[in-house]
Amino acid sequence: MDPSAFFTGTAVHLVAGKGGVGRTTLTAALGIAAARVGLEVLLVEIEGRGGLAAGFGHRALGYEETVLAERIRGRSLRAEDCLVEYLGGHGLGLLTRPMVDSGLVEVITRGTPGIKDILLLGKIRQLEQARCADVILVDTPASGHALSFLRSPQGLLDAIDNGPVNDQAVAALHLLQDAARCQVLLVTTPEETPVSETIETAYRLEDEIGLHLGPVLVNGVLARTPHRDTDTGHSNPDDPDPDDPDAEGRWVRELGIDRDLAHAVQQAAVFGRRRRDAQRRQVLRLTEQLPLPRLEVAHRPDGIDDLGALAEELLGGLRAW
Amino acid sequence: MVNERSGRAALAELVTSRSVLVCVGSGGVGKTSMAAALALEAARRGRRTIVVTIDPARRLADALGLERLGGEPLPITELIAASSGLRSGSSPTGSLHALMLDAKATFDDLVTRHATDRAQAERILANRFYHSISTTLSGTQEYMAAEKLGELHTSGRFDLIVVDTPPTRQALDFLDAPGQLARFLDHPAYRLMTGSGSAVSRVAGAAGKRLLRAAARLVGSVALDDAVEFFRAFEGLEAGFLTRALAVRDLLVSAQTGFVVVTSARPEPIAEAGYFLDRLAAQDIPVDAIVANRMTPRFTRLTAAELRRIAAAQDAGGDQVLRTGLAELIELTAAAEAEERALAPLHTGRAIPFQQGPFQQGPFQQVPFQQVPFQQVPLLDHDVHDLGGLEQLRQSAFDD
Repeated sequence: MDPSAFFTGTAVHLVAGKGGVGRTTLTAALGIAAARVGLEVLLVEIEGRGGLAAGFGHRALGYEETVLAERIRGRSLRAEDCLVEYLGGHGLGLLTRPMVDSGLVEVITRGTPGIKDILLLGKIRQLEQARCADVILVDTPASGHALSFLRSPQGLLDAIDNGPVNDQAVAALHLLQDAARCQVLLVTTPEETPVSETIETAYRLEDEIGLHLGPVLVNGVLARTPHRDTDTGHSNPDDPDPDDPDAEGRWVRELGIDRDLAHAVQQAAVFGRRRRDAQRRQVLRLTEQLPLPRLEVAHRPDGIDDLGALAEELLGGLRAW
Repeated sequence: MVNERSGRAALAELVTSRSVLVCVGSGGVGKTSMAAALALEAARRGRRTIVVTIDPARRLADALGLERLGGEPLPITELIAASSGLRSGSSPTGSLHALMLDAKATFDDLVTRHATDRAQAERILANRFYHSISTTLSGTQEYMAAEKLGELHTSGRFDLIVVDTPPTRQALDFLDAPGQLARFLDHPAYRLMTGSGSAVSRVAGAAGKRLLRAAARLVGSVALDDAVEFFRAFEGLEAGFLTRALAVRDLLVSAQTGFVVVTSARPEPIAEAGYFLDRLAAQDIPVDAIVANRMTPRFTRLTAAELRRIAAAQDAGGDQVLRTGLAELIELTAAAEAEERALAPLHTGRAIPFQQGPFQQGPFQQVPFQQVPFQQVPLLDHDVHDLGGLEQLRQSAFDD
């Protein structure tokens, strides 16, 4: 697939996933990938902690746009800022201050929680309508929260049946349900809990909201060892068995390997094989239970996230897709 | 250096002596499994234990290999049986329960129990504003967790309650639940809506009405009416809610409660651990242990660089399994080295390079981490999602 077509297929890409799976890092890497194929990118952080900007060597993002790199801008959306902007735009500018000062706004937004989310989604929609970039990548809250975040328009339609907030909710829902304008990219790691959560979140996003799901990004995939059929998650019986109890002694006797080293190699081989097998089983489960294309991103053993390298890997994955 | 030798002993001391253990940390570090493993150890040591998760994602259920945990404590005798060979001297009275917090059900229950009469309870339960705050209001989860904790503690059914918290910065909000509740119920807007309060607020009535009209334009009059109705219906209940919240707060800051910060050895979770350490320190709550979970095991004392030299010197046409194994060993050793570098700030108490959030100016000034017991728990060669995995995790944390 042409990466450019992938990125421009919808204007808004909502990147979602459980905490700790690398969602923010991959959002940034996707942004770099899109910029590298010549697209203008806006990275959006929702009430974030500055992680998105950190990848570009910047401090925390603000409500106003910041240029992060060539063709990449970023901004952080907070509900309070969206609200003030929104009130100003709805003839309530003069009353904004007293409403905020009296705490009325706080009590209402806290007591009708969907409002915060609607304000944020409304802003994303406004950015989309204004065509502020070719690609808008949104780092959504962690998956449990992402679900309630994206479900809020529907909930709010039940609670608030008129007024501008109702209009906002309707408009937000239209954006979320329009496959030509918006899609969700789920991020997971090939581990039991994140995979389970991804499958559940995917179905609920589709069933309960009607969101369009893009490919699943599988992060931290251990490299395949060349001599094994790792796709099935089972060792190829024709391959040499790393559990071979003789191997260790043979290395010491025949190859003159240090005894401690031979033992360490044996242990590492067994450990690595089990982790890889466990991973492949999870990828297999994901594939079987969630019929979506997937993009795999390799494990970084040194723990350093080189965003440029990640972007290239994603582009390679998209081209091969 | 943090005292690594004391880590194991500190965890053992915590599960045997405290009444409440609170596990905090960011997502993906295995916090839920660790909370369950701590609870399992306590049960093995003869204590009546319950592990409570307030995490809406069903991670604990996952960790325990259970399909669904309810809002009522669920006994897991199987787990004790699986964790065979009770310690010598341990009493057979130990038990383990698990509970997944259902915030809405807890809130409903509280309203029903504490309302002055049935009519009041029904008015509140039927209110749409109440429905919103009891299901989705951020902070309700934390607040209801505090209520549930208080209820479990006063019930006397359990010797130890292990609390798993959600993987967000709001996890510690329940420490502040009384304050938040007080702010919410004592809000000028609340008085504005209920029409109660001082003469001053009544004088400001005209301006207040204008504000309410503006708010109605914003959210619709029905929603505003619901809010006003809720606050009126709730009147008289605040005092009880506040009293209980304060009691839980007292329990949490008392010596009966221990705090365990769980992290993995990667920059971002460690930065988050730093946030929790600072936040607890700001409330004068000592951290009783730091657990660095999912550490890549070390199989050799050689460095990755030394191993690479050895690998390069090996005959390329040699043993296939040896070459693969050596590559594996190099990768794992490099990963372990990266993790040690990432953990260094916890050891030295110096600034963490991954700058984010409120401690951008130079974190960790308040906490003398050097004195916090520190326990490394190795990454297992499979994911912890069943009873066997949990038992293995428990062994890695507690057994030599």
